[in-house]
Amino acid sequence: MSEHASHVPGLAHHFVNMEQQKEAGTIGMWIFLLTELMFFGGLFLAYAIFRATYPDGFLQGSHLLSVPLGGLNTIVLIVSSLTMALAVYYSQMGDRKKLVGFLSITLVLGLVFLVVKYFEYKEKFEHHLFPALGWYNPDPSHLAVQYQPQVRVFLWIYFAMTGLHALHMIIGAGILLTLIIMAQKGRFTREYNSPIEISGLYWHFVDIVWIFLFPLLYLTGFHVGGGH
Amino acid sequence: MAEHTEHHIVPIKVYIGVFLALMVFTALTVAVAKYDLEHIWGPLNIIVALTVAVIKATLVVLYFMHVRYSSKLTQVIVVAGIFWLIIMLAFTLADYAARSGWPTQLGQ
Amino acid sequence: MATETIATTAEKRVTYLNVSHTVKSWLLTLDHKRIGLLYLFSISFFFLIGGIYATLIRLELITPKGDLMTAETYNRVFTMHGVVMIFFFLIPSIPAVLGNFLLPIMLGAKDVAFPRLNLLSWYVFMVGAGLFMLTMINGGIDTGWTFYPPYSSIYSNSQVTLAGVAIFITGFSSILTGLNFMVTIHTMRAPGLTWFRLPLFVWAHYATSLIQILGTPVIAITVLALALERTFQIGIFDPKLGGDPVLFQHMFWFYSHPAVYIMILPSMGVISEIIANMSRKRVFGYHFVAFSSLAIAVFGFLVWGHHMFTSSQSMYAGLVFSIISYAVAIPSAIKTFNWTATIYKGSVSYDTPMIYALAFLGLFTVGGMTGLFLSALGLDVHLHDTYFVVAHFHYVMVGGAIIGYLGGLHYWWPKITGKLYPEVWGRISAAIIFLGFNLTFFPQFILGNLGMPRRYHAYVPEFQILHVLSSAGASILAIGFIMPIIYFAWSIKYGAPAPNNPWTAVGLEWQTTSPPPPENFTYTPVVNTEAYEFEHVEEIKQAGSGVNG
Repeated sequence: MSEHASHVPGLAHHFVNMEQQKEAGTIGMWIFLLTELMFFGGLFLAYAIFRATYPDGFLQGSHLLSVPLGGLNTIVLIVSSLTMALAVYYSQMGDRKKLVGFLSITLVLGLVFLVVKYFEYKEKFEHHLFPALGWYNPDPSHLAVQYQPQVRVFLWIYFAMTGLHALHMIIGAGILLTLIIMAQKGRFTREYNSPIEISGLYWHFVDIVWIFLFPLLYLTGFHVGGGH
Repeated sequence: MAEHTEHHIVPIKVYIGVFLALMVFTALTVAVAKYDLEHIWGPLNIIVALTVAVIKATLVVLYFMHVRYSSKLTQVIVVAGIFWLIIMLAFTLADYAARSGWPTQLGQ
Repeated sequence: MATETIATTAEKRVTYLNVSHTVKSWLLTLDHKRIGLLYLFSISFFFLIGGIYATLIRLELITPKGDLMTAETYNRVFTMHGVVMIFFFLIPSIPAVLGNFLLPIMLGAKDVAFPRLNLLSWYVFMVGAGLFMLTMINGGIDTGWTFYPPYSSIYSNSQVTLAGVAIFITGFSSILTGLNFMVTIHTMRAPGLTWFRLPLFVWAHYATSLIQILGTPVIAITVLALALERTFQIGIFDPKLGGDPVLFQHMFWFYSHPAVYIMILPSMGVISEIIANMSRKRVFGYHFVAFSSLAIAVFGFLVWGHHMFTSSQSMYAGLVFSIISYAVAIPSAIKTFNWTATIYKGSVSYDTPMIYALAFLGLFTVGGMTGLFLSALGLDVHLHDTYFVVAHFHYVMVGGAIIGYLGGLHYWWPKITGKLYPEVWGRISAAIIFLGFNLTFFPQFILGNLGMPRRYHAYVPEFQILHVLSSAGASILAIGFIMPIIYFAWSIKYGAPAPNNPWTAVGLEWQTTSPPPPENFTYTPVVNTEAYEFEHVEEIKQAGSGVNG
């Protein structure tokens, strides 16, 4: 068994066959996503508690965020999820050209997201809205003084959650780059494509986190007016 | 070991359909968020927003992440993850809600 | 005669130990057995460090006055003892050493599912450990291992941020181990090895992995938030800035209570193996013992609020947490009763591992029962933060987890090293540990009930007699812990070569050679029987010698 198993490209020596290796990889990634879920879950818990504690702070705070930019990033991520899904599809079809193409589009979209995020962060820093001691000093015309302490709590949650999310996007972009290089070298075939599928799971998970972040952070105060 | 169903390839049509649904729901959540539903019922805005988000996430999990076509084990893992997250959120929030007063507010 | 033939063949045979000898071949190894040994050395070092801190604590407490160290130093010493023992010894102890070594062999696999990830987990552990050593050199931390803010977030002058980062990183090593084990158990079982033929050691590790995977990320995000709070003063846990210190306690205990089961569940797995094989009986109520592991893992996540009865937690939440805490006692009791029933009318041999197993039964029962005192909402108000709590968790952590770890280490030592340790010394040291342990911690129950608070470096003179007893016990315990280190080291050089199955035990690990070859088996094992089928032991013995020849 093991003698001819070693001739299969991409099969590690300690697995009996490709099926077992693929199953292990998929389950492994799902379990990893479970840990990611709990990791973000701690911040979602903090969000829930503080939102209930400071409803006004969260309304005012969300006015500081740009719904058009947040919305743009939401669309960018959803499109990138589609292109990632298509990349997985074409890897299953064994179409190398389209695989590389869709992986590249996904990577570009991921980078677009990060660039938009960068400008959002930059704007916050310029307005002294980064919630750290010594940095946080919003202009009273921008944010009424009585809301400033509460909004600070909102802002650290905003920075923690989107920052952690952006970190995952950066890691995802690195993974995509690796996959593109490997795909170009023809490493993936119809039979061996689980790295693409597994990375796709990760990318979709990061998308799901954003699906929750967008309404919770950007849209919370949308109905009360304000914003810019 | 776990019996194996033939590997399922999701047709492109499904991906496009899910994508369009996600876009529609995104537009919906922005549109609804503009209206003040809070005068109908306090938490209605957030409930609508979260419901839409859950529907979108479910679509992604089921189709983009293939969970609908995956093994029982994968489905169990997904459900277990959500279950544990709910344990953490529910028990902690229940504690806060059951106190005689929510922790003091700041700057008020 | 038989032993001699084994000895001569052992010299020629390729084992995981002699397949290569370079330092590189150890540091870059993907073999789960070698990684297990890397962990063994690392955590033994930390056990020693933690032991030194414990010695300092017991020395200080011999006299009522704080004459050996200041309150500030004492705070650092007990904190470092707790953090080192919990995060750098107990949590990795059985899973990372014995689990890593045995799990793939028990499953009849060549390795864990992700060998690279397994090696990475050791390196991640070492990076975290290195940072923690840096913390230690820079004066350590003084917040208690629980890191409660706002003390830890603003007032403490010690290295909280660095320690937080160290624990954050170490957490990932634990996650990776859990992930690896879970996938390995799901996908790498040998042909015929169905779920209900698995050794209970494997079931216990499955439950442990579940906790590692679901709980550890939450402590990671919690200590990360704490480090951010300390660095940037952003108002997460600090009430002055609008944060909520009770939220920290919730998030901390959501992991740290289940973490207790990360420490005790693998030990229960070890005890199941030892008791079955030393009593020559199938574990009574195998299914119940297996499922009780899972039940403990699940219930363990529902009881964290019992650490917060005296914080500002709602009394209704306290009530619910209290009731569910009682429920955890059920699966623990199922295990204890079933082990006892296994021994009943068994053909018991009192070798060293069995002495540890029996010690576990008694000590864990005391530890568990006193846990019920503490989960009683009203009684906990009296006992909270006293030595009663200290005694309780040491009965579980030392009397349960460490005793199980030592028992397992003795039981599988011949398999791991291919050498026999001196049995007499083993029994003597096990007895010394049992006596020393009880002398150390039993007086602390009384101290706590009389009102001695934990974490104090000075106390009223009335308590001195009990503290002196405790310190005397600690010195006996220390001797008991040092003895195995000496005779284990001795046995590697001078010990008699171990046969493949020195206990005539059942289980796949006893079918391969001692020490095992690099890929565990020279053939693909097939399993036709349930675990602990002792009628087949003769066939297995013959199969084992067949492998040899």
